Amino acid sequence: MTKTKMMRIALPAVLAAFVAAAPSVAQDKVKIGFITTLSGPQGVIGEHMKNSVELALDHLGRKVGGLPVEVIYGDDQQKPDVGKQVADEMLKRHNVHFVSGIIWSNVMLAVAPTVTGAGTMMIGTNAGPHDLAGKLCNERFFTTSWQNDQTPEAMGKYMQDQGITDVFVMAPNYPAGKDMVQGFKRYFKGKIVGEVYTKFPQQLDFQAELSQLRATNPKAVFVFYPGGFGIQYLKQYAEAGLRAKIPLYSVYTVDEISLPAVKEAALGQFETRYWSPDLKNAANEKYVGDFKKKFGKMPVFYGAQSYDGIMLIDSAVKAVKGDLKNQKGMIAAMRKADYPSTRGKYTYNVNHFPIQNFYLLKAVQGAGGEFEMQIQKTVFENHKDSYSKDCGMKW
Amino acid sequence: MLLVLEQTLNGIQFGVTLFLMAAGLTLVFGIMNLVNLAHGSLYMLGAYLATTFFQRTGSFLAAVALALAATLVIGIVVELIALQTLYERDHLDQVLATFGLILFFNELVAIVWGRAAIYTKLPPWLSGHIELLPGVRYPLYRALVILVGLAVAALLWLLVSRTRLGMLIRAGASNRTMVSALGVNIRLLYTLVFGLGAALAGLAGLMAGPIYAVQIGMGEEILIQVFVVIVIGGIGSIRGALVGALVVGMVDTLGRAFLRPLLATVLSPSAADSAGPALASMLIYILMAAVLFFRPQGLFPASAR
Repeated sequence: MTKTKMMRIALPAVLAAFVAAAPSVAQDKVKIGFITTLSGPQGVIGEHMKNSVELALDHLGRKVGGLPVEVIYGDDQQKPDVGKQVADEMLKRHNVHFVSGIIWSNVMLAVAPTVTGAGTMMIGTNAGPHDLAGKLCNERFFTTSWQNDQTPEAMGKYMQDQGITDVFVMAPNYPAGKDMVQGFKRYFKGKIVGEVYTKFPQQLDFQAELSQLRATNPKAVFVFYPGGFGIQYLKQYAEAGLRAKIPLYSVYTVDEISLPAVKEAALGQFETRYWSPDLKNAANEKYVGDFKKKFGKMPVFYGAQSYDGIMLIDSAVKAVKGDLKNQKGMIAAMRKADYPSTRGKYTYNVNHFPIQNFYLLKAVQGAGGEFEMQIQKTVFENHKDSYSKDCGMKW
Repeated sequence: MLLVLEQTLNGIQFGVTLFLMAAGLTLVFGIMNLVNLAHGSLYMLGAYLATTFFQRTGSFLAAVALALAATLVIGIVVELIALQTLYERDHLDQVLATFGLILFFNELVAIVWGRAAIYTKLPPWLSGHIELLPGVRYPLYRALVILVGLAVAALLWLLVSRTRLGMLIRAGASNRTMVSALGVNIRLLYTLVFGLGAALAGLAGLMAGPIYAVQIGMGEEILIQVFVVIVIGGIGSIRGALVGALVVGMVDTLGRAFLRPLLATVLSPSAADSAGPALASMLIYILMAAVLFFRPQGLFPASAR
């Protein structure tokens, strides 16, 4: 009885104390809105990104730039309209200082202009549609990933150097799919015998396209099927009896999410990428080791980029000594990319897209019997994207 | 020419999967006058259950039998608990309630199996190829899907037109008051029909499992196409469902395969590149609109109504 009575008196007092304290607390807290796909079949990618953000916060002692931090997660359901709504809510209701995340290029094209237009910083951690690197570049937009074309450019160069020709190309029909094929063609000058775009995001059965592929009798196949699509594609490619016949080259199709699911069906697969779990540097070893310890599985590049995103924000807030109103100072700090990135040291191009190395990776079976991606060689050193010339930004 | 044959088979294979879904949905809609959006959830459950049973028992056939029985039971339970009260309500209430069931089943699956898609491998005896003609190899499993689908179609036709149960189903569709006045327990009949529909959806799901990823929301993706099938075929008609499903399966597959090369002969290559895939994905809806315009009741409307 007395306990309840005490509560009755104490509670309002405590509440009042909180209310009184609220304005000063709000000023000294960094608020980050992190948008990714957390539901549906591709929710597994979002989970990796979210886990990596949490790991980054652990490593920073739950502080960003020395200030307490609050991360608000939002689910875009892989839909541009939903992504924009979530971003609006974060800007208007939560008054976030940074918006980060975004897997899909079509969602990014809806969200990024909304955020930067509202005067808030946007740190992309995956999608890199060409418009944002070129005409639509913005001083408040940074990315810790890549411009879409860059990775297939590396694969195009590798296949060109190998003298491969008669290639069949497949990708889903959305902005990133088009970017990937365009990037591939920029460096691959051999003959392309077929180019097919499949319905996005509904189509999961590629049997009709694979029949068509077999009929054109290509010497090699180049594809882009991210996340869950990759698993479907690799399974069906193997089932159609094509694995042993026609070599398959890909970008963002075989990764640490799809490998445990498809196993042998991916062995020997070549990919190009800017990062790999076996990349040797202190930041990466710490990230990969602690991720495995905390979550019991291999991290994937989606996660590494998201980890880097939080680290980049941390470096910016530190540089302005916690003065979150000093956006100019934070932009200047981010341009230096002065933080321990999981990919090693890199620099920013004028359009705020990384200038970085790209490697050739191969799916192999490791000593312990587990399937993993291993770096074979460096294809590009300090590779710039092809759209920065269209960006009018001056540093 | 061989490519056309292979693509035709792909079209039929997609068509029979659609048919298995459409058959259950059209029976429930045509006979019980119930709009069941949750039909896709039963498809999803069929796939999940078969995958789990296959992993546990190690036998594909046992997994199929168990999953079929389980979806039949789930269907009956859902009908008894949730749907019986909805028959007298109007269609909007039914849409709302069965949409709620979709959300319920999606969350249930997320709780039990997790959000990540799960994957099955085919047993070795199903993973080979068969040589139909010299030079035309077709995956054995997909050929089997076609055979099973056509066999189910034949069985359903026998059931509806040649058995006592089928007679009652048809009678219930034309005049339910009269049927119950003659001493038939129409409620029980509805429960049975719904269970049958659920098992068919489960069958479609479990056969689709090894081809696609088994994942949350897989039912909703196919459900839209199934509704297109029913509208084209005529509501309440098994024959219509079969024809509609094969037509939709063919149009969709052949459109995806041949529309772009076809357009390239009249348009510039770049125009064909962008118009081809866009048009191919619209094709079945254009077809549905055309059918609605010329034959609003569908190609084979149930004669009883």
